[in-house]
Amino acid sequence: MARKTIYINGSGCLSPQSTLGNQHFLERPVSVESNRLKAIDPNYKEFVPPEMVRRMGRIIKMGVAAAKTCLADAVESTADMIITATGLGCIEDTEKFLGKMIRDNEEFLTPTAFIQSTHNTVNAQIALLIKCYGYNFTYVHRGFSFETAILDSLIQLQGGAANHVLLGCADELTNNSFQIQYRMGFWRKQPVDNLLLFEHPAKGAIAGEGAAFFLLGNKKTPTSYALLKDVATLFNPASSSDIQTWIHAFLRENELEIQDLDLVISGKTGDSRFDHIYDEVFESTLPGIPTCLFKHLCGEYMTATGFAAWLAARILKQQEIPEATLPHGIPEELKHMLIYNHYQGINHSMILLSQV
Amino acid sequence: MSKRIFITGTGIISAIGNNVSEVFASLKAATSGIGEITLFSTVHAGIIPVAEVKMTSEQLLDCVGFHGSHEFTRTSLLGMIAAREAIEAAGITDIGSCKTGLLSANSVGGMNRSEWFYKEFLEDQATGRLRDIVNHDCGDSTERIARFTGIKDFISTISTACSSSANTIMFGADLIKSGKLDRVIAGGTDSITKFTLNGFNTLMILDKNGCRPFDENRAGLTLGEGAAYVVLESEEVIVKEGKTPLAELTGYGNANDAYHQTASSPEGTGAYMAMKKALEKGRLPASEIDYINVHGTGTENNDLSEGLALERIFGDQTPPFSSTKTYTGHALGAAGAVEAVISILSIQHEMIFPNLNWSTPMKELKIRPVIEVRKGMRIAHALSNSFGFGGNNSAVIVSNCG
Repeated sequence: MARKTIYINGSGCLSPQSTLGNQHFLERPVSVESNRLKAIDPNYKEFVPPEMVRRMGRIIKMGVAAAKTCLADAVESTADMIITATGLGCIEDTEKFLGKMIRDNEEFLTPTAFIQSTHNTVNAQIALLIKCYGYNFTYVHRGFSFETAILDSLIQLQGGAANHVLLGCADELTNNSFQIQYRMGFWRKQPVDNLLLFEHPAKGAIAGEGAAFFLLGNKKTPTSYALLKDVATLFNPASSSDIQTWIHAFLRENELEIQDLDLVISGKTGDSRFDHIYDEVFESTLPGIPTCLFKHLCGEYMTATGFAAWLAARILKQQEIPEATLPHGIPEELKHMLIYNHYQGINHSMILLSQV
Repeated sequence: MSKRIFITGTGIISAIGNNVSEVFASLKAATSGIGEITLFSTVHAGIIPVAEVKMTSEQLLDCVGFHGSHEFTRTSLLGMIAAREAIEAAGITDIGSCKTGLLSANSVGGMNRSEWFYKEFLEDQATGRLRDIVNHDCGDSTERIARFTGIKDFISTISTACSSSANTIMFGADLIKSGKLDRVIAGGTDSITKFTLNGFNTLMILDKNGCRPFDENRAGLTLGEGAAYVVLESEEVIVKEGKTPLAELTGYGNANDAYHQTASSPEGTGAYMAMKKALEKGRLPASEIDYINVHGTGTENNDLSEGLALERIFGDQTPPFSSTKTYTGHALGAAGAVEAVISILSIQHEMIFPNLNWSTPMKELKIRPVIEVRKGMRIAHALSNSFGFGGNNSAVIVSNCG
């Protein structure tokens, strides 16, 4: 059965860069000397009813702002379904409720933080705000969260269950979650200029956060960015040859040769303990293919590939690779792009996009 | 590409038994698993009942051969035990014999140990044992179950509150129908935590007498815990391996109420839409449903809106229905799979298990739940409902294929 073509017809990306307005394309990247990048909060009153702004958790507001930007960006601003992803969910509200419960010995608790701590709150609030009564799924699996949401979206669209799917992801970083992951050794010990991250490899990544939403449809529109072709995940590969086999099989399924890839977005984090996996894959499997990077712009988090997908969609639409993504090699054309990412060496994923 | 999806194995651990046969025995004997809180110290002990799995986490560790390990959360252990049973019941000796995925659901990940961590961490950010927080995220238990059972081809986790594991069954079926996978182990796992107990308590929806679904005097739900998985297989796998399935997954549907973050719309719009979609997907008229395992939490809001939605779909012909949460408690992220497994038991044994603790009909409804064990009930199609926070409503239909 021939697969239907699925288009990205709108996008909204809230990140540590000024990406939300879909205005200039990473022309003046934000530079911070730190081991964490904070997403730029817009004036949420533009996206959320004023009576809700104060009570609503930050990740929910981030998600709503990205989703509404995405819908406004598209011509047909309706969604039959909403499919989202989050790695850690609404941690600010989780911590708020947990902290109060422990401090006050299970007394004087109020429900708001508990209600908002549920992992599907971002999706549910968007459904509530845009009155979307359809299928509403939230995936919460580390470095596979956004990837599974993409897969589900493609299955629903290709199977004819929906014409328009609002796909998105959101993760927030709190002081506590940063501190805990710092103690686990996830983050850099020393602050680093994020734009120079890859010139200073060391143990640890820089922490990040963000929300990215996409309106997918089975028809081309004047606002179409790119084709969302396919996605694949690989759990805990035993060796780099497993990764190699997996990449070849994925391209074969999509009737592409390695040489057909014009640009690969690499999920490198600047963490010397994990980046060698990327180097090995690029040398062995994707030699000579132009690459670019993104985690110095948005930081590392479980759904960071949402930022990469936004980046890829815009690159394909504008036929331009921003200097800020540190491109290596010059593609002759920009037709097919691959995002290759792994989370902690365990959750490997690929997302394939093509020019409209 | 497989058009039909079969269920070839089930596994369960819950307050009424540590495996399918123990659960069946309790259901038949009308023995509830609801009792006092013993898992952790809380100000609510002795006041609010819960439905705990009757094993300590240390005993659960022994069940999976990890005696004394500190690596696993209770949620992971429950999931490992139930998933292993499902795989064995499906007669799978080589998990890699066809493309196999694991879809697992949960609501709060490793929260029970995050509670220990935060207690110290809040005092001093340099303290708190990291081993108690590394398992916090929802994906942790899924990866543990995957490693334990050897599933490699595809794994992911769903969290949509109380409908989570019904949704793993739906997406599992779609993954097989789309040709991505041949077999999916789908279900969920959750353990009772102080966090959820207090959370639901702030909403004032925990019945101090134990839940009484569809009773006029109901006063809330009873939290439960457990894990349950079903093995979904394509028609091709069934034919190739000459398997006799337990049941067929014929219909499923998910819809959003888009009414309120926690409350269902008064008329049960989301519940109605989910059931309607499931019937449409299964190409079944409502009259073909012989039994409904209702969501039936025992909250004022759920049972009224679900009841009205049932009357809207089935009219005067509402088939026998019951909430088995009166046995298992509300196992949140595991509830949908727990109840799918119980629905399959109903089909297999031609038996309807009662809605315990019921005495007074609801004044708004004409329909009443089944309150005694009914034997000799031939069930061709059973509908199982699961509704969650965020207006997330799901319905699955399992059918007799014998």
